[in-house]
Amino acid sequence: MLNDRLTLSLLGGIGALLALASVVTAVLKSRQPAGQPSNVVANLDARVRAWWAMVAIVAVALAIGEIGTVVLFGLLSFFALREFITLAPTRAADHRTLFWAFFVITPVQYVLVARDWYGLFSIFIPVYAFLFVPIRSALAGETADFLARTARTQWALMVCVYCVSHVPALLMLQIPNFENGNARLLLFFLIIVQLSDVLQYVWGKLCGRRKIAPVLSPSKTWEGFVGGVLSASAVGAALWWATPFAPWQAALFSLGITLMGFFGGLVMSAIKRDRGVKDYGNLIAGHGGVMDRIDSICFAAPVFFHVVRYCYT
Amino acid sequence: MSLGRDAVARGIRLLCGVRELPAAELPAGPCILFANHSSHLDFAVIWAALPPALRARTRPVAGRDYWEATPFRRWLAGTVFRAVLIERQRVTVATNPLEPMLAALDAGATLIVFPEGTRSPDGTLGEFKSGLHHLARGRPSIPLVPVLLDNLNRILPKGEFLPVPLLGAVRTGPVLAFDPKENKNAFLARARAAVAALRGPT
Repeated sequence: MLNDRLTLSLLGGIGALLALASVVTAVLKSRQPAGQPSNVVANLDARVRAWWAMVAIVAVALAIGEIGTVVLFGLLSFFALREFITLAPTRAADHRTLFWAFFVITPVQYVLVARDWYGLFSIFIPVYAFLFVPIRSALAGETADFLARTARTQWALMVCVYCVSHVPALLMLQIPNFENGNARLLLFFLIIVQLSDVLQYVWGKLCGRRKIAPVLSPSKTWEGFVGGVLSASAVGAALWWATPFAPWQAALFSLGITLMGFFGGLVMSAIKRDRGVKDYGNLIAGHGGVMDRIDSICFAAPVFFHVVRYCYT
Repeated sequence: MSLGRDAVARGIRLLCGVRELPAAELPAGPCILFANHSSHLDFAVIWAALPPALRARTRPVAGRDYWEATPFRRWLAGTVFRAVLIERQRVTVATNPLEPMLAALDAGATLIVFPEGTRSPDGTLGEFKSGLHHLARGRPSIPLVPVLLDNLNRILPKGEFLPVPLLGAVRTGPVLAFDPKENKNAFLARARAAVAALRGPT
């Protein structure tokens, strides 16, 4: 799916941005006083390196085509699910239910995406998995904490699998006059949602003062939020040529993506605080776990998918 | 064979989400690793998390009654993991479980022991049996290293045969000093506390 000029332009743009980030990091590193390495610079360095790897992985998946993209996001769901369930207390009686969640429900959801079976894709987890989880746990015969345990597993499947699967599902949309352009729509979505995270962080570091939710996420400030959301939306408007949208529509969609992404990060932070951890995992150096990187995607993807589907197909 | 073992170790680490332990956190020579026990995976996970050089000379201590019950278990214990099998039920002078363990230590092996003696059904830490004390008294110069296995009871609980790939963890603590003047119960309580102290925030 990387055979058209516009898609390559988008990827080239990301590459240029990352190259700039690498140069800035190298300059910061060289300016450090000898013998006093800064943690902030080391973390920035690790993050930029991880970004290169993540962009390369997405590019390879898109180059392989729809199947590569579906497999990539299926794996992300799998890793996010294991991080999420690890933090959410379940009991031995849930063991078989969890086995189904990992090895049956997750793969089936992505097979439905690969088969473009929209009707079942959109209800498989909210209806069938939702009902299956409590049935299977009830059969195990343990009543203690039953509702909370069941809800945790259902939540994990909704957030980590159902929501994330809407990203590759963007490839199944048939938008008139936008044939073969769906890879660009997917890239547009990923760029806006991730750039919004980065820009909120950067604006927050530059001029952040008033905290939005000091208990949930001490690093989120109003200045970072407003600056990040507005600048990411401006970038979105400027990328309208890669999408089926007019510039003002691209700006509105970007605004929606960034707002939902922000709320996703906030909600997933609340869960982390409750469990007393800072990160969901340590798979991605500098970033934390997979869930820490895709929390904003979880909340933005289904809304973006359905609004585009409603308005354009 | 070493490549095969490395691949198996890598696979186990991937399945259980554990990282290789830094060699600097472990004694260079033979030692006794004592850990909590809640899953059949426990030994394999410690083995997989050890630095390769140490892994090659590490042997688990396991119950003969269980591990010789079927040909598959015998192959796993004998050929794959080179377990030191000990008698748990009919202990006599002739089948003293201490002898094979001391012999393995003298031959330069590092031992993995589970002082609770059996798997905990829910991940809580049970009382330590006296075997660890006998072992420590038998070779007081060998370092005793506490090991905590976190979440393994959720990955493969007692009574289940299919693992769920959650994130586990292997943590080691500082070497537990052995004092020949300390009585057995005080020593066992101290050893148990050293393992319990390694438990994480959740």
